[in-house]
Amino acid sequence: MGEFLLVTIQVDLYDRLALALENDLINMVSKTEARGVLIDISAVSIVDSFMGRILGNIASMSKIMDAETVVVGMQPAVAITLVELGLTLTGVYTALDVEKGMELLRNKIGYQPKEEEDLYDDFI
Amino acid sequence: MMTLSKETLAIQREPDVIYFRNKAKEYAVKIGMSMVGQTKLITAASELVRNMLRYANGGNAILEIVIRNNVKGVRLTFTDKGPGIKDVKQAMQDGFSTGRSLGLGLPGAKRLSNEFDIKSEVGKGTTVTIIRWKNGL
Repeated sequence: MGEFLLVTIQVDLYDRLALALENDLINMVSKTEARGVLIDISAVSIVDSFMGRILGNIASMSKIMDAETVVVGMQPAVAITLVELGLTLTGVYTALDVEKGMELLRNKIGYQPKEEEDLYDDFI
Repeated sequence: MMTLSKETLAIQREPDVIYFRNKAKEYAVKIGMSMVGQTKLITAASELVRNMLRYANGGNAILEIVIRNNVKGVRLTFTDKGPGIKDVKQAMQDGFSTGRSLGLGLPGAKRLSNEFDIKSEVGKGTTVTIIRWKNGL
């Protein structure tokens, strides 16, 4: 994944697991100096206020560590429920799928693909 | 209103929440509730079960399939013997929390349910009941 950390949440997390994820992820951002975090929640069937808060925390903490966070793959029913619950996930970027999420991350951090660097070299 | 089936689960640890959520989903699927309806029900349940664990060290959750005017629904009842809520009206407001949460639990659970009832007595405990009907919006 290069400069990005990709996290796929495969099961519904209970609170302590979600907190552990938050902790592990921030440590990984520091260790790998990742510039972006992509969290795939397509297998998650509910996001309640606690899980929502964890996602928000990960985004704010990553931001302080100079990394952007994008949450991808939210199921439509989960999105409808989140809004009615009153959670707007302020400060968390979202995208429909992993591909679009990667694109968004690249734009956010101004990442230039390798080919362009080569082109630039040729130009000089 | 009539009860068609009923089950009581003890909620004592965090993993019980996941088990309970799955059970609630099973009930919702059994009566043919829509995907959005199911998600709203288990999200509300998750908020209420968490409250029970956090503020009252756990309690009991009752799952029921109920029927009224020929329409089926899932009723969930959460009973704890915790400290009770001093000011229920205040607790039902968005953003109010005595813990460090977002304060969306109770008002959010109410918005996600078709029917919502809360009874609390300081020093005795709290009972919250929610219903989502099969055809509920």
